[in-house]
Amino acid sequence: MDKAKVGKPEALLSNYLLLVSLCFFLCLSIHTSILAQEVPVEQEEVTLPEDSIPPALPTNVVAKDTPNDVGKSITITWTKSLDDGAGRNNVVAYEILRCTTVDGEYEFIGNTTAGAQQFMDTDTKDKVEYFYKIKAVTQVLSSVSLPSQPAMSTQEWFNTDRINTLIAVLVISFAIFYFIRRAKAGKKLYIRRIAGLEALDEAVGRATEMGKKVFYVPGIMDMDSMQTIAGITILGKVAKLTAEYETKLEVPTCRSMVMVTCREMVKEAYSNAGRPDGYNDDMIYYLTDDQFGFAAAVDGLFVREKPAAIFLQGHFFAESLILAETGNSIGAIQIAGTAAVAQLPFFVAACDYTLIGEEFFAASAYLSNDPKLLGSIKGQDVGKFLFLLAILVGVILASAGIFDLSQFFVTR
Amino acid sequence: MRREVPLVITGIVGISLIISFFIPHTPFNLLETLFTDWFLIVAAFAIVLGILNLLKISLDKVYKKKKDWFFGLVVVFSFFFIVIPGFGFSGGRGFQNPGTPFFWIYFYIYIPLMSTMFALLAFFVASASYRAFRARNKEATMLLLAAFFVMLGRVPIGYYLSFWLPENYQLAAVADWIMNFPQTAGQRAIMIGIALGIVSTCLRMILGIERAYIGGE
Repeated sequence: MDKAKVGKPEALLSNYLLLVSLCFFLCLSIHTSILAQEVPVEQEEVTLPEDSIPPALPTNVVAKDTPNDVGKSITITWTKSLDDGAGRNNVVAYEILRCTTVDGEYEFIGNTTAGAQQFMDTDTKDKVEYFYKIKAVTQVLSSVSLPSQPAMSTQEWFNTDRINTLIAVLVISFAIFYFIRRAKAGKKLYIRRIAGLEALDEAVGRATEMGKKVFYVPGIMDMDSMQTIAGITILGKVAKLTAEYETKLEVPTCRSMVMVTCREMVKEAYSNAGRPDGYNDDMIYYLTDDQFGFAAAVDGLFVREKPAAIFLQGHFFAESLILAETGNSIGAIQIAGTAAVAQLPFFVAACDYTLIGEEFFAASAYLSNDPKLLGSIKGQDVGKFLFLLAILVGVILASAGIFDLSQFFVTR
Repeated sequence: MRREVPLVITGIVGISLIISFFIPHTPFNLLETLFTDWFLIVAAFAIVLGILNLLKISLDKVYKKKKDWFFGLVVVFSFFFIVIPGFGFSGGRGFQNPGTPFFWIYFYIYIPLMSTMFALLAFFVASASYRAFRARNKEATMLLLAAFFVMLGRVPIGYYLSFWLPENYQLAAVADWIMNFPQTAGQRAIMIGIALGIVSTCLRMILGIERAYIGGE
């Protein structure tokens, strides 16, 4: 028998099985490679989106009673978040939260823009403790600071920011009192000649000789202005002269209360001069509160009445040049006086005599020749000298880069 | 009593207001507002006195045909011309609203008149300057030169005259320097004197040394 012929069916079966196995593994490998191509494996790192990270906390939150105030106010300061202007730079605002207990529910009381490091809470009750937190806010998220120490608002009995003013007032007042005492004791005080005040007599005398009127305009402001009061005290002196010389006096006023006060002043001056019959209420009259309406009315009076002497003594504004130039155009002698710095150049250019600033306030004392009043002028001169000294020292120090002295004079 | 009572009132109010400037504690912080409100109320009542006085003098002038009585008539007519439409025909509280007779009078009569008076300043400044800026002596000459530089530095021709110079020497820069330094220094000196004058005057009044404002010697 032939071995090849006898083993043939077994060989066929083993070959068949081998072929099937080979095919199977071939298909499996092909399928596996196809799967590997369709699903590539990502090997990169996973990161979260920008707006899901809260900003850094504000720190160092300090709450204190606002100084030198009338109470009901606490000032909160903090160090801004590291993500404000740096880091992620995504902070857009700060919210201020407040509570009366450290672990209670905090309520929103206000906000500030990014970059701010201070907030004033003006809605507190005095003597009540408050705790504050600061919330840094981005477009999406926020983070809240730790709470501050408790703070309580109170009213202060002295404004320490104004201590420099108090010292200045005390020094000047002391100087004034000192020289008043010296004057009362009989010491002769030298006061320099003030041309505008020396010319008062000349002006009223001129009007008397020409048989014309004297016009006195006490400014356009009300009795709450020191310049109006100073102007009215000079009116008393002028009224005494017109009473003695029997010259007609007219006083147009811009305010009703000024009219009433001027009437009392002039009436008293005429009585003191022994000429109460020479006084008439119609000498002092009200025109209008309106600035240019008053200027127009007074200008009309100047042009029609043609007074020989015009006194412009008080608080003036833009109408000063209109009045002064009109007075100049009619040939009147004009004596002006004001503390309105912007109007002084106009008066100097258009009037015969001008009382500049402090000369205007010194007029009453100068004309009365009363030692007590003259002593006060001397006292204010001492104050002027001290300020001059401080300016000189301050300029020298500031030139050397030392500004402490100039800071002391800053008023708050 | 007629002099003593005002002096006492002046002293008490003056000292209270000085103290309130340094003490923020209640009630001192309320004093300034309180006294200002009282003053405004008194001034508001006082305006009635002024109006009655104005009408009395004007009507008296017209009635007795005194000198320039026509202007008294203008005053009386103008007064009622504004008051009657303002109170009666302008819608009560809304009298200042556009469309009311009061608004028409204010906008088309009062404003032009006020502007006309203000415009006079332009001419008066020119005439006052013409008289003031003359080289009579050294000080007047310095004033003239300063005015010359400031005026030229503020108009376009000043630029065209000096644009070729270094920037700090052009007319505009010189004008600015004059205004910022010598002018400001002089103004501040005057203001220091004014402040001291006011302090001195107030002290005299509060202490009763100065009595002229109430008619005393």
